[in-house]
Amino acid sequence: MTIPYFELTLIVYFFGAGLFVTSLAVRTEILSSLAVGMTAFGFVLHSATLHTLLFGTDHVALSRFFDVMVFFAWGLILTFLIVEYANRIPVLGSFVLPLAVLALIFAATVKQDLQVLEPVLSNIIWLHVGMIVSGTVAFALAFVAGIMYLLQERLLKSRQFTPMYHKLPPLDFLDDLNRKSIFLGFPLLTLGIVAGAVWENFVWNWDPKQISTALTWLFYLIVLLGRLLMGWRAKHAAYLTIVGFVGVLVTFANVG
Amino acid sequence: MHIVTAGLNHKTAPIKIREGLAISNGDLSDVLLSLKTLSAVEETMLLSTCNRVELYGATKDVDAAIKELRQFLIQRNPTIAPEQLTQHLYFLSDDDAVRHLFRVASSLDSMVMGEPQILGQFKDAMESAVSQGCTGVVLNKVLKKAISVAKKVRTDTPIGEQAVSVSYAAVELAKKFFQNLADHSVMLVGAGEMGELAGRHLVNHGVTRVMVTTRNFQRAVGFAKQFKGEPVAFETFRQEMLRADIVICSTGSSHPIITVQDMTDIMRERQNKPICIIDIAVPRDVEDGVRNIDDVYLFNIDDLQQIVTVNIEERQKAALTAEAIVHEEVAMMMGWMKTLETVPTIVALKKRAEGIRQVEVAKVLARLPDLSDAEREIVDGLASSIVNKLLHRPLVTLKEEAANANSTMYVDATRRLFSLDEEHSADK
Repeated sequence: MTIPYFELTLIVYFFGAGLFVTSLAVRTEILSSLAVGMTAFGFVLHSATLHTLLFGTDHVALSRFFDVMVFFAWGLILTFLIVEYANRIPVLGSFVLPLAVLALIFAATVKQDLQVLEPVLSNIIWLHVGMIVSGTVAFALAFVAGIMYLLQERLLKSRQFTPMYHKLPPLDFLDDLNRKSIFLGFPLLTLGIVAGAVWENFVWNWDPKQISTALTWLFYLIVLLGRLLMGWRAKHAAYLTIVGFVGVLVTFANVG
Repeated sequence: MHIVTAGLNHKTAPIKIREGLAISNGDLSDVLLSLKTLSAVEETMLLSTCNRVELYGATKDVDAAIKELRQFLIQRNPTIAPEQLTQHLYFLSDDDAVRHLFRVASSLDSMVMGEPQILGQFKDAMESAVSQGCTGVVLNKVLKKAISVAKKVRTDTPIGEQAVSVSYAAVELAKKFFQNLADHSVMLVGAGEMGELAGRHLVNHGVTRVMVTTRNFQRAVGFAKQFKGEPVAFETFRQEMLRADIVICSTGSSHPIITVQDMTDIMRERQNKPICIIDIAVPRDVEDGVRNIDDVYLFNIDDLQQIVTVNIEERQKAALTAEAIVHEEVAMMMGWMKTLETVPTIVALKKRAEGIRQVEVAKVLARLPDLSDAEREIVDGLASSIVNKLLHRPLVTLKEEAANANSTMYVDATRRLFSLDEEHSADK
């Protein structure tokens, strides 16, 4: 079956990502402003795609891996647009857009009829998948903030005042974005896992999906507690969230 | 009408000549009043800053106006020989004068290109001239346009955005660490001039907590007062660095006062909290090895200079865009100046009336197809006589006033009342 606007969304994001990445090399803001506009346009198409997937098909919404990836990329772009609107940091797009493009390309390569989750009667899957994907979006943002932190940290340490140095936001802003993302993502992930457990009647059967989910949850719990109690921050926190997101990707791969 | 400019600036005259001509705020209204008495210059304004003294005028006779303005400037400063002063003066007219005015307001002609003060000085000078009744329709329009061009340059180009002085570069650097400087504290180590300037800039950008330390504690107390800060004894400042996020060193010490060992100890207690150390002192106050410690970011005077160099290049690039904006606006301004001539206005008014008459007559005749030729002529004649009668007085007045000083007021009013500057609006 064809999904309306999916390819077009991907193409618009792809060129948006290209503009965003190019904009890192120059001081002017023209390219990134243009790229933000393109992203917003792509987001409208993307929303139309998602609407069809959620309400316009005969299968249970979000029960396919493809739908989940489209939803994830949608949440990521939405979050980017909100953060960019509130803080005027288009440079965030240089990192978020490529990630969203990768997610959509990944979605397109998996078989569209691939079922992640067996057809279910209960609506709790909505809650389960919705929460986990939202949590993942937050972790993806923490990951991006972590990468940006480490890049800016490198540039400052080595005193390279390149266009990228001028574009990247202050270190404490990135550290704060990282912190907020984890603090938001963790409860979402927890709720999602609880919903999933309810749906599976709390049966633990040591499958890789369950194990990597549990490990990921534990890892973020440690990061969160480290931040709260041990004063973990800055570079170390950035490294941890990057490692954590790799764990998330492994879990996704296991699920898919 | 023509625009003329006469004056001197930092490029054409040394400080000695400039200060001789500079006009203090107290004298300004007297000087403006005497400018008003000039016969060839109908509208005037005076701009006097530390880098320039300039007179702007609107006139019908460029040569006579320039002669008067030169005489005026010479009389203002009897201590300098006229020939000597004249070689520092420049006189511009028409598009050159307008371009100069726009460039001055946009800070393209400033000593530090892109500096923001000139626009405020320009506005003040304009307000004084307006309140003394020195300006009129023409100069008001040109001056207002100069201000809007300056704003456009500021918003459309990054000309004023980046730091172009070493002390200011320190602020720019601090802002790459901390989004909101108000939440962070700065420690000034030493009372060097550069350190003081950087501290002042940081305070202007929101820093509220300032700690000051110098070898002589009494000096630190006095120094701290300037910043409403806290003096710190030199013996203990390393412990106090736990509370500082930005450290600016500018002592005259001949050997490093912050060693790798000091900094390692401090960082252990700071728990990864990043610290930005800006060492402006020469010889350097901080051991170079400090930069290898995690979460310590050390910059010296060469790094700041590097930022400044890059930023100046950026300003020069921005200036190219700004010049293009000015160029475009000058062309538009000159177009408007042309419309202020009486004859083109009369022609335009007649053309506008004729256009309306033809359209309306055609409409009526289309609705009355059965009219005979004679009747059609009557309709046509009716329209013509209304238009002519209506325009008769305005046209006569315009011609009568053409030679008078306030002719531009009539021309301007006519163009606005009949919207002569909006092309094609007659069709709508």
